[in-house]
Amino acid sequence: MSPTDDDGLPGPDPGPDKGTGTGTGTGTGTDAAAVGEPARRAVAAVWRIESARIVGALARYTGDFALAEDVAQEALAEALVSWSRDGAPANPVGWLLATARRRAIDAFRRRSALDERYALLAGQLTEGGAVTGAAAPAADGRDELPWDPDRIDDDVLALVFTACHPVLAPEARVALTLRVVAGLSSEEIARAFLVPVPTVQARITRAKKTIAAARVPFALPPAEERRARLGAVLSVLYVVFTEGATATAGTDLLRTDLAYEAVRLARTLAALLPDEPEPHGLLALFELTAARFPARTGPDGEAVLLEDQDRTRWDHGATRRGLAALGRAGAIGRGLGPYGLQAAIAACHAGAPSVAETDWERIVLLYEALGRVAPSPVVELNRAVAVAMASGPADGLAIVDDLLATDRLPGSHLLPGVRGELLARLGRTAEARAELELAARRCRNARERAVLLRKAAALD
Amino acid sequence: MAKYMLIMRATDETLAKMMETPFEQMLETVGRFNEELIRAGVLIAAEGLDDPSQGVVVDFAGEQPVVTDGPYGETKELFGGFYLIDVASKEEAVEWAKRLPALPGSKCEVRRVPSIDEFPQDNEWVALERAWRERTGQL
Repeated sequence: MSPTDDDGLPGPDPGPDKGTGTGTGTGTGTDAAAVGEPARRAVAAVWRIESARIVGALARYTGDFALAEDVAQEALAEALVSWSRDGAPANPVGWLLATARRRAIDAFRRRSALDERYALLAGQLTEGGAVTGAAAPAADGRDELPWDPDRIDDDVLALVFTACHPVLAPEARVALTLRVVAGLSSEEIARAFLVPVPTVQARITRAKKTIAAARVPFALPPAEERRARLGAVLSVLYVVFTEGATATAGTDLLRTDLAYEAVRLARTLAALLPDEPEPHGLLALFELTAARFPARTGPDGEAVLLEDQDRTRWDHGATRRGLAALGRAGAIGRGLGPYGLQAAIAACHAGAPSVAETDWERIVLLYEALGRVAPSPVVELNRAVAVAMASGPADGLAIVDDLLATDRLPGSHLLPGVRGELLARLGRTAEARAELELAARRCRNARERAVLLRKAAALD
Repeated sequence: MAKYMLIMRATDETLAKMMETPFEQMLETVGRFNEELIRAGVLIAAEGLDDPSQGVVVDFAGEQPVVTDGPYGETKELFGGFYLIDVASKEEAVEWAKRLPALPGSKCEVRRVPSIDEFPQDNEWVALERAWRERTGQL
């Protein structure tokens, strides 16, 4: 991958300079008026593959993450116009990098920041290049950023850690990661999370300003911070996957595109950090969960419960990949973390021919372990379900009632949902119906709500 | 997300070129590309085929199949191997295909692989195949 077989020259400037730092987030789809759909889709495909490496390389060269993201977006907007008019260049990456680099130089000029970064960008630097990983510009004056294949992994990792930096609010980390690492546009992110486009744009703009204000360096976190920082990265991917696997509102039970994006990012992370167990554990959890997607919705899109799912419809390729990833997480020999444990629970389901024949005893033990490394009321509720399966509904109900008494899941539909289920199994029909109806009133997902109401109605 | 197969097709010219290329160098070139696919989280499977002269052709032109040794008389577009990738769109599959370290004269066909979910679920043969996939953990 070296941008040396193309002149890298884009077409003429598409119009007045929009300036950098506006953060308006020209994604693949804003200037669509002048751009044909096939061209837009082709540019989007290149962008999905390349955006992380492009933004990463630019951030390293400019030392300015926010600027890198801005100029990369401008290059993308320019590509949309220019490629749909003149066709795609022979070397799309080189084109995007060269265009973004020119935009970065313009921005530095505007800031009158005639410092060494400007000199480097403008191609004046020949000495000290080894230190920064920069090479001298091509002798024939081609304006390209030197592309150092040995730095790409570190650039992408630094990008991931920056986008998931603890100075940012969690929802900003999610938006920024999807934008800069996964290469999604603001429109795509907004659609996925059912929020208005300006909300996503504002989140991303604010996030970039926060990173600049906090002087977050564009670098891999130092060794002593790395594990804690990795936790933040994993939790962002987990949020993305969960959102894709069960929409919290609206009617789509599955937004598999978003879940798939999380799978793809987890695969990347596991490939870049092969000696860390938790990325493998997270990937295993995603693969094993996604394996059930084909069976989770019925012919009319209604939700199908685990016990009613046709297990032959699970995606066995995904199951196998999940089990392999779980094996790798375990083989590293540092034990399983929270994601690895959840993956181990998913693996119990994946290997079972039916709900009744599932190893619930093992699942109870895994939930106990999970409750110790990552205690949460939801884990406790899941443990209650597993206990009910392993040793009867009364034992499960005791745990649920304890949760209820301590009010640790206020307003959640999950608790009355499980409680209603267990009461029904104990033959306490009237109480069960009331709980299930309460759960339905609280549930924001229409399909899940329908399942709860169906269960309540079936109790007569 | 959808699975696409990148079907590599080679010609005599490509094969001759391949013979000239040092094996180590070829391994590195292909390995680097594979690594890109892995890093991007899209690679599902990949296989390459042995020397076509070692193959056999079964021809169904007549009433009975006729078996002959070696490749076709004219090696216009020999199937040489495949990648199975998991991507968001056809355009993304094409974009990866464009990056193949392919030798002059070769072609790559990009074809979507339908999921078994797209077949009639009530058909007994589809059900049997599902059961086999489940038993053996096939893709």
